[in-house]
Amino acid sequence: MSVPDTGLLGRAIAWSERRLPALTRFKERETLPIRLDRRRIYVLPTGFGVLFGLLLFVMLIGALNYGNNAAVLLTCALAAAAGSSLFVAFRGLNRLELASLHADDAQAGSPRRIQLRFDPGLRTRNALRVRHAHGEIAFDLLDGRPADIEVDLAPTLRGWQATGRLRVWTDYPLGLFRAWSWINPEREFLVYPEPEQNAPPLPGGSGRLGEMTKTGASEEHAGLREYRPSDPPRLIAWKPSVRHDNLLVRDIEHRSGETLELVYDALRGLDDEGRIRRLAAWIEDAERARRSYALVLHDTTIGPASGAAHRSACLRALAILPAATPPA
Amino acid sequence: MTDRLDQRRFGWVAATTAATIATHIEHLPAWLSISIATVIVARVATRQRGLKRPGAMLRVPLTLALVTAIVMSFGSVFGRGPGSALACGLLALKLLETEQIRDARVAIAFSCFVLMSSLLFASTLWFSIGVGSVLVVQVGALSVLQPRRSMGGRDTYATLGMAARLLAGGLPIAIAAFVLLPRLDTPLWGSRGNDGVGRTGLSETMSPGQFAQLMLDESPAFRVTFDGRTPRSSELYFRAIVLTDFDGMTWARRDDLGFSAVLPAPSLPVVAYDVTLEATSQRWLPALDRPFTAPPDARIDPEQLIFARLPVTQPLKYRVESSPKAQLSNTLTSRDRARTLRLPDGFAPRARELARQWRSEHSEDGEVVKAALQMFRANFTYSLEPPPLGRDSVDDFLFGTREGFCEHYASAFVVLMRAAGIPARVVTGYLGGWDADGYLLVRQSDAHAWAEVWRQGTGWSRVDPTAAVSPMRIELGAPAANASTSWMGDAWRSLRNQFDVASRLWTESIVRFDNLRQRGLLSGFGVVGVGHRDLLLGFAGLLSIAMFLAAAWAMRGDRALRGDALDRAWARLRMRLARIGINERPQEGPLDLLARTRIADAALAQRIAHLVDEYVTLRYACPIPPSDRVEAFARSARRLELPHRRRNVTKRHSATSS
Repeated sequence: MSVPDTGLLGRAIAWSERRLPALTRFKERETLPIRLDRRRIYVLPTGFGVLFGLLLFVMLIGALNYGNNAAVLLTCALAAAAGSSLFVAFRGLNRLELASLHADDAQAGSPRRIQLRFDPGLRTRNALRVRHAHGEIAFDLLDGRPADIEVDLAPTLRGWQATGRLRVWTDYPLGLFRAWSWINPEREFLVYPEPEQNAPPLPGGSGRLGEMTKTGASEEHAGLREYRPSDPPRLIAWKPSVRHDNLLVRDIEHRSGETLELVYDALRGLDDEGRIRRLAAWIEDAERARRSYALVLHDTTIGPASGAAHRSACLRALAILPAATPPA
Repeated sequence: MTDRLDQRRFGWVAATTAATIATHIEHLPAWLSISIATVIVARVATRQRGLKRPGAMLRVPLTLALVTAIVMSFGSVFGRGPGSALACGLLALKLLETEQIRDARVAIAFSCFVLMSSLLFASTLWFSIGVGSVLVVQVGALSVLQPRRSMGGRDTYATLGMAARLLAGGLPIAIAAFVLLPRLDTPLWGSRGNDGVGRTGLSETMSPGQFAQLMLDESPAFRVTFDGRTPRSSELYFRAIVLTDFDGMTWARRDDLGFSAVLPAPSLPVVAYDVTLEATSQRWLPALDRPFTAPPDARIDPEQLIFARLPVTQPLKYRVESSPKAQLSNTLTSRDRARTLRLPDGFAPRARELARQWRSEHSEDGEVVKAALQMFRANFTYSLEPPPLGRDSVDDFLFGTREGFCEHYASAFVVLMRAAGIPARVVTGYLGGWDADGYLLVRQSDAHAWAEVWRQGTGWSRVDPTAAVSPMRIELGAPAANASTSWMGDAWRSLRNQFDVASRLWTESIVRFDNLRQRGLLSGFGVVGVGHRDLLLGFAGLLSIAMFLAAAWAMRGDRALRGDALDRAWARLRMRLARIGINERPQEGPLDLLARTRIADAALAQRIAHLVDEYVTLRYACPIPPSDRVEAFARSARRLELPHRRRNVTKRHSATSS
């Protein structure tokens, strides 16, 4: 996703996106690797470039007016260097390759961090910039050494999400001309659902959540035992300990025998997205508590199991659940 | 990424500002130079200590004070002097408020303008080289503002190198633009050259060194349009002033001239011409000898010079008719004779001695003149930068330095003639000029001094002693004469001469370039009679060619895409194999190729096996293949002898494909 530009250039780009989608690669997605070439690199003077052009014109008129040839030559040399910088800027992008793309796990609603691996070819490229969700990142590429550039993309909803369009640009060397190109990779990344904040505690026992009865004090402490000095501190159950004289810890042996069933259809009083978020939160809680759990979505059951792979499988299943279709 | 300048970038901007203002230092008032230096140093020092930039409470009053001080000092803020002083001051104040990259860019762009304006004050080669190096710093400073990792100490050199390359890359098109841009005949505003800086034309006196200034002045003195063809350049002696009185240092005009004697009607041929004289603030009007019609509001005096009634303060156009063959005057009164023989008492004893010797050897005046010219021709050199002369300028020159230009020769020659009893006087004026389409441009640098001697029967006649020393001065003009100074002498002098040649070349080809030279240059390529429009069209054509070349350069692939030496050698080998029937299959690796070859031709496979092995090792087992092994591989691949006849595999292959 690109951040909309402000100013005249931004508006011109917005217009061209509407009218000439092929030109700005708004729709077209490409497979990696993407190599920039002359058909997709655009160059325009920057605001400073326009100002500088005016200044050169004034200098030239002044020099010609005084009939001072040394000043005319100086102005011509400066203007020629400024003009050459256009081609240098273009050359900074030409044949730059986006070799691969990697994304960390991402949650809906928070920024997605992706790594772009750029291959500069056998040429040092200075002051390249990628515009992303939180502004811009500037980097140099040394010849023959591909480098990973980390950028944060704007948060999205859960599910398969396209990388979105990125703008790579440079105004090296003088800041007078800006060369830019749009990159819209075909790669999609799975965005896990956002876990519910302050979700209720995990449903106890193996009972289905909907059939859960009110639990007494003894049951509340099921799976807890008194602290022994050899227990690792992360097992300490702080909340229940408040109401006891001694510290309580989660009994691993006790809970390993039990399987937690997280049932989508059993959650009531929540809309679809709400259920998904709660289940995501519970999956995280169960992982944290090192409990074995199974996820039941309509007619498929995942697990019971625990561990990173299982967690990923469950979150993935939640992520790709079709979004609720509003009633017709 | 923050837009605030870090120390390194700010340092670049400050250095650029300081270097730019330094190019103006020669003509800035002292108070301004000191204030600017203080402002820059204070700003850099406080910023290094992490202090914030001074607020508007300080900057606004400083700006007002600057403008006020300049108005009080110069009387105005317009014109070259006060304008550039103001620009320098504003540039320093801009540094005061520079904190962001935006500000820095504006400051550097403005400094480009200020740098350009410094050339309005001096365009010598040395100065221009200095200005050019400041330009490199400015371009470098712009590139330093780019987000970039610092490379430590090498960074400065890398940046300057990049800037120099960028400027050098643009130089061809810059020169094309310089040559083809139409020049203005008349300025759009102001007048060239005489706002603030006094300009001197010929004056009514002549003292040593006075001409040296004049001969570096490239501004036009006057333009002449002849009816009919332009006379040869050795005939273009424009007389302006006759100097008769000499006090040992300075030649001056006579102040006791009466009215003009009536001269006989001129003989043929007659040359008629229009002169457009630039303002001189003096009354003399240059004319070829001998003029016989004075323009209105002017008269011809007894020395056959034309004097206007009022000083020429505006460009003046007048028409003159001259008769080159006519006598200047036919009578010499005894008073005039005494006046043109007078020498200061005790002056130039050795010159007098020499003259007496000549007098005793030759009875004819003409022989004495010839002896003097002969001496000049044999022993003297022409130079625009002669060594300084002592108290007795003529003896010092004749027997000491023996190096000088027209002024020295004319002065020494007249002294010698007078000492020999021949009435003589110095004439100043202009010689030659630049012959353009139909008119002659005479510049201040064409100023010249020569002598006139009295001969019974012929009257006053012209003798140019400089011509004896440097005939090129007469034929080709002052710059050509200066370029041919003696190349002998020690290394320093030879170096100085070489630089002098370069300097002259610079002055000739760049500084003096104008409309006329532009046309002259183009006519060398067979382009005649071009207007401004044609010039611009021509430039547009060249520009598009240059842009095409630049685009080709920018789009050129780099080595990675063309493959490295190893791949090239491998590709060549595959091509050769394809020629004998082991055709290329892009999907196939080297080992597959070997296997296929083994099926087709076991003997051939045996011979290429080691090459395939080596290629696989170099390509896949070494991160960076050692270059000597790559070369060895390429060599043995090249030398591999392959059977010439086509294999039956090919036949089979081509049979199936056809």
